[in-house]
Amino acid sequence: MLKKRVIPVLLLRGKRCVKGKRFENFRDTGDPVMATRVYNAQAADELVFLDIDATNEGRPPSLDILEKVSEEAFMPFTFGGGIRTIEDVRRALAAGADKVAITTAAVLDPELVAGVASTFGSQCVVAGIDVREEGGSYAVYTHSGRRRADIGLVDLVRRLDAAGAGEIFVNSIDRDGMMQGFDLELVKTVAGVTKKPVIVCGGAGNYGHLVEAFRAGAHAVACASLFHFGDNNPPRVRAALKNAGFPVKDI
Amino acid sequence: MLAILDYGVGNLRSLRNALDYVGVEVEVVSDPARLEEASHVILPGVGAFGKAMANLRARGWVEPLVRHVSAGKPLLGICLGMQMLASKSFEFGEHEGLGFVPGKVVPFEASDEYPVPHVGWNNVTFEKKHPALAAVKRPVDYYFVHSFHFVADVQADVIATSEYGVRFASIVGRGNVIGCQFHPEKSQAGGLAILESFAAWDGKSS
Repeated sequence: MLKKRVIPVLLLRGKRCVKGKRFENFRDTGDPVMATRVYNAQAADELVFLDIDATNEGRPPSLDILEKVSEEAFMPFTFGGGIRTIEDVRRALAAGADKVAITTAAVLDPELVAGVASTFGSQCVVAGIDVREEGGSYAVYTHSGRRRADIGLVDLVRRLDAAGAGEIFVNSIDRDGMMQGFDLELVKTVAGVTKKPVIVCGGAGNYGHLVEAFRAGAHAVACASLFHFGDNNPPRVRAALKNAGFPVKDI
Repeated sequence: MLAILDYGVGNLRSLRNALDYVGVEVEVVSDPARLEEASHVILPGVGAFGKAMANLRARGWVEPLVRHVSAGKPLLGICLGMQMLASKSFEFGEHEGLGFVPGKVVPFEASDEYPVPHVGWNNVTFEKKHPALAAVKRPVDYYFVHSFHFVADVQADVIATSEYGVRFASIVGRGNVIGCQFHPEKSQAGGLAILESFAAWDGKSS
């Protein structure tokens, strides 16, 4: 039986990890290589690294951290931030990524996701979507939440699904860093229009929030603040999910 | 020397790192002529079956692989590399595989309960013992990411199975050839144990 995944997210700014609230007010949360070592020792299910400044600085993601962590942590890595071309993907995979997260370019360049999927396989494409709730519906944003996109959420999910994305990673900007729970309507909306695995991010503050997201239809949950700012870790998460009746990884 | 076959696809760094970590003498080999120096070969693979097989043929890997297998030396296919051991695949058309393990590769059926790709950690059930996995005392969960799965023609070639809407072969083996659908190099301690065990295997099937 497939187990429920809980995925720590590491946001990279320069050579450090940071975490903010609603994509602003970032605080330093430590060294990414050290953090990865700890997550490896705790057998985290996967890790997602996002270079949050790459797109806005108009550069590809910085991959040296990925090269370092892939030498000592044997779990799946997703790397994202600033990926705009198939060549960027090739470099990220060569540096040790198993999957790439494509967010801004997935909106601006509809051909990219299809090109990456046909070149490297759907399994390595995680399509990222950042949304804000505006007037009762979801608005899609690019450039780390700075620019509103022209396409609606449901249309974008359908387009990314058809283009061959392997997983959909949806992030609520409103909930980001607030630790008040995931946007469950967002989970239901996205899971309702795709048969690809849906990863929800934004809002986890306790283990109950993870349970709610799985019950709402998420296939995996991603969290940062939960691990950065609380006395929480992957083994405790697994124990809590097991108590709630979910299948978790046997290590 | 254990050779990781480099035919131009995917992330070989993780596999190399994992084998380095368990202390195996490993080389990423991109020249087919060098395959005969290898005692063990790993055929990795991600992406689409047809494209990967075409790459393998175009770069002249098929004949050296057949020689390696005929010589009784161990071969491990991982993920798409496992699927390429089959006789044929139905991923985007019909494609001929290496045929080391008779069988075919077919798609999962996506549903609300079972989205495709099958991605994440899943358990495996051993159907029989296999000498390549002698050091694996207890199967744990391993990391899978795939949309197609292996259907063996010969039931005796199915070493382990997993469940995802259907029960499918997660490890197959025939003679000195073995393949696993999941990624041992991405499966933490349990996966490293499989790689270590394969590297110590002499290729004899019992």
